[in-house]
Amino acid sequence: MSFVPETRRLFDDLADTAFSDLKAGEALSLQLSAEDQTYVRFNDSKVRQATAVLQRNLALTFQWAGRQVTFTFDLGGHVDRDRALLFSCLERARQEARTLPEDPFAVPLQNHGTSAHEHSGSEPDAADAVGAIARVTQGTDFTGLLASGPQVRAVRNSAGLNHWFSTASLWVDYSLFTTNTSGDNKAVKDRFWGPVWNEERFQTLLNADKDRLAFLKRPSRAIAPGEYRVYFAPAAVADLVAMFSWGALSYRAYRDGNCALKRLIQGEATLSELFTLKENFGLALTPRFNSLGELPPVELMLIEKGQLKNLLVSSRSAKQYGVPSNAADPTGWFGEHLRAPELMPGNLPETEVLNRLGTGLYVSNLHYLNWSDVQAARVTGMTRYACFWVENGEIAAPIDDLRFDDSLYRVFGSALEALTRESPVHPDIDTYHSRALGGSKIPGALVGAFRFTL
Amino acid sequence: MNLPVSFLPEVPAFDIHRALARIQAEADWIGLRFVQEQTYRRAVRNHLPEDNTVSLERGVMVEARVDGHIAYAGTSDLSQQGLVQAARRASHLARTCARHALFPFAERHRPTVRGRFVSTRQSGFDHLTLAELTDQLIRASRSLKVSDKIVSTAAEATLVESTVHYVSSSGTDIEQQWLQISSHCAATAQDGAETQQRSLNGPTARCRQAGLEFFDFPALHAECERAGREALELLHAENCPDETLDLILAPDQMLLQIHESIGHPLELDRILGDERNYAGWSFVKPDDFGRLRYGSPLLNVTFDPTVEGEFASYAFDECGNPATREYLIRDGVLLRGLGSLESQSRLGLPGVANFRSAGWNRAPIDRMANINLEPGTSSLAEMIASVERGVYMQSNRSWSIDDYRNKFQFGCEYARRIEQGRLTDVLKNPNYRGVTVPFWNALKQVGCRDERELFGTPYCGKGEPNQLIRVGHAAPPCLFAGINVFGGGA
Repeated sequence: MSFVPETRRLFDDLADTAFSDLKAGEALSLQLSAEDQTYVRFNDSKVRQATAVLQRNLALTFQWAGRQVTFTFDLGGHVDRDRALLFSCLERARQEARTLPEDPFAVPLQNHGTSAHEHSGSEPDAADAVGAIARVTQGTDFTGLLASGPQVRAVRNSAGLNHWFSTASLWVDYSLFTTNTSGDNKAVKDRFWGPVWNEERFQTLLNADKDRLAFLKRPSRAIAPGEYRVYFAPAAVADLVAMFSWGALSYRAYRDGNCALKRLIQGEATLSELFTLKENFGLALTPRFNSLGELPPVELMLIEKGQLKNLLVSSRSAKQYGVPSNAADPTGWFGEHLRAPELMPGNLPETEVLNRLGTGLYVSNLHYLNWSDVQAARVTGMTRYACFWVENGEIAAPIDDLRFDDSLYRVFGSALEALTRESPVHPDIDTYHSRALGGSKIPGALVGAFRFTL
Repeated sequence: MNLPVSFLPEVPAFDIHRALARIQAEADWIGLRFVQEQTYRRAVRNHLPEDNTVSLERGVMVEARVDGHIAYAGTSDLSQQGLVQAARRASHLARTCARHALFPFAERHRPTVRGRFVSTRQSGFDHLTLAELTDQLIRASRSLKVSDKIVSTAAEATLVESTVHYVSSSGTDIEQQWLQISSHCAATAQDGAETQQRSLNGPTARCRQAGLEFFDFPALHAECERAGREALELLHAENCPDETLDLILAPDQMLLQIHESIGHPLELDRILGDERNYAGWSFVKPDDFGRLRYGSPLLNVTFDPTVEGEFASYAFDECGNPATREYLIRDGVLLRGLGSLESQSRLGLPGVANFRSAGWNRAPIDRMANINLEPGTSSLAEMIASVERGVYMQSNRSWSIDDYRNKFQFGCEYARRIEQGRLTDVLKNPNYRGVTVPFWNALKQVGCRDERELFGTPYCGKGEPNQLIRVGHAAPPCLFAGINVFGGGA
């Protein structure tokens, strides 16, 4: 039996037996994250390090008398042994619950329905991809990571909830480097992804990237700190939008005083009318159910034409603050975070970008963003990869990297001139602990004035 | 109920030598790394328990060398069948990748070593009950709330028990065990439009290898009260001025400064370009070792996994290389990088024993461990007295640096103005920016041994696939001349 059906059978067995063991007043939720992945790291078009990972991680959340404890552990894949481990943790959970004070905001487990999405198809062949990548990229300075294989997310609870999601796919996240006539390293960045390996499509993508390298071979230009017109390519805008997941749209962060969009929420500031951001699970990049098995709306408008419509509210926040939940996920570094963001496109054709920019900076990617002043929604970070000085609508030179420090109220507010008509999907390439699911759909943005500081 | 914090669930015993004997025929050479790690995370928010999580990670990473290439297969299936499958998978991957390999592996990359390491501890995790720990965190949370203007408080503790046992078909046998603790306490104050946060030394900076002696609860509650009061002070403080001034950084900000602008740029795998697609390259070039004046003559930096109780101390790295204290920078001159045996042989440069991984499911890569700034001779009082106009900053809150580790901008929680050799006003939103080598060359005074403090972080991110790893940083306060500092606002 292959990985996905084997994992499902194991999960169902563990859930059925654990739920049947519960005593009166006890409730239990089981969350599964599993993968059978091949990760291959490349440097200079050669294999640096290859790792296969087979893992199934189970989280057990136990509730009793308003107390809640969680145990997580790696499953071995053998029912008898895993069942013994599960019951050992369950018994300890019972004991721990008795020692803890009540948690008044623990959300009682409920039946939020049943769903099953299995994107089975044919599993991608990592070995094919490795050989082809090494062959096709030969002679280039290619560096990156291939991730390939099936993934599972599932939640069941003792109230009857049962959601299952499995998929198999691969991506290659990569950079193609060159040295320009100034002797500086320059690169373009790109991403191949899909349900199966497709050499022809990869070759086409790579050829286009090689063409882009020609612009980077020109001598570098150092740009003095100051304020410039900027076009942010979609990948750069996606990094800026990701900051909205750092507490900026979290109801809890707002009540805790750590919310970057407090002024927007309180009606003291607006963003641009061009700026409309929503959660859109219709993108189908991630399971719609959250870690509690709750189903958020397929689409949830967050900011519409610069006006706040909704914050992300988990059921825990809803219980604590007496507001309606929209089934945001309470987990993550900053709590309630974006899971399927879509920034609605504008009407600027990509082909017109350089003309509309006129003279200024073309920024393809950003790097290492962080709040520099949360209360002012001010973000600092760096330009990275293929970034250019543009004069009179034409690329003049690649630039030396610049540090910026500016507010989202300006970037997506007073200074936002246009969003592109084209809006690509950006699959999530996070691989901490395990390969992530999800992604975003984000267009490029033309910004009239943006502050560079170093 | 007297329930101790620690708990070992019912798991079958794992005999690593037997496991190795069963799989060593699957490749020319086999390494087997068993990792078991239990993490107890307890978090209280606004005086109520919120996160009560116990995590057990348990798995094996098989390394297989075939045709001169090493590949890895991690599995949580510790049965004989599961291990054989993992070994076959690693061997297949090694064979597949060997013809496209970046460099050839030799026996020297996996030395034959035997040894054992047990981290410093006086009191195990079974010497405290879960109810007592929860009660102390609730009390810490209450101590943070010194006023109604404190709108939220957080008190957290994470206790980790881990064992790594590494054996190989060439006779290596190393077992290392750690007890590690990290904690975080923070208060957020709000008054009208103004919100400020103050914590104990910045986000989860309090990290040590220790048993329960780590906790001095009376001292913790007093420090929480101070943090709460300082959060209130910040509400009515002036913004940090925007000008070029002398800057004194406290040890809890030096941790970040060392980490980002010395630790990462000296990692040899970054210099080799392995990390270019993710965290970036380095401004340091191979020719710079032995030549580059990285900082002023006062700058002395060591890689030191031998410091008792520091967060990333160990006896061997994960290929079996014995870990020793080494100068990275001496009297301001760059001497040595942070690179494992693999990176050292690829670059032909000396490195250190820093081949480390985040867990059983990740292959080791070059990671900093304890990177320490060695003490000087000045006291903090002497430093302050020597400054005519300047700023003293404490506790990191924002970090960003470019992919070559050159242009950085860091922010702190709390600052004091220095005027005519005295600390004066409290300043909010203190930030500073600079470029790595000029910044370290502006180092004017280094604090003395008595004022050196040990911090760290559990969350150093790097690698493809991504890994979070624990690092330690020890430093005294340091004075830098003529740094661009600035405050908040849109």
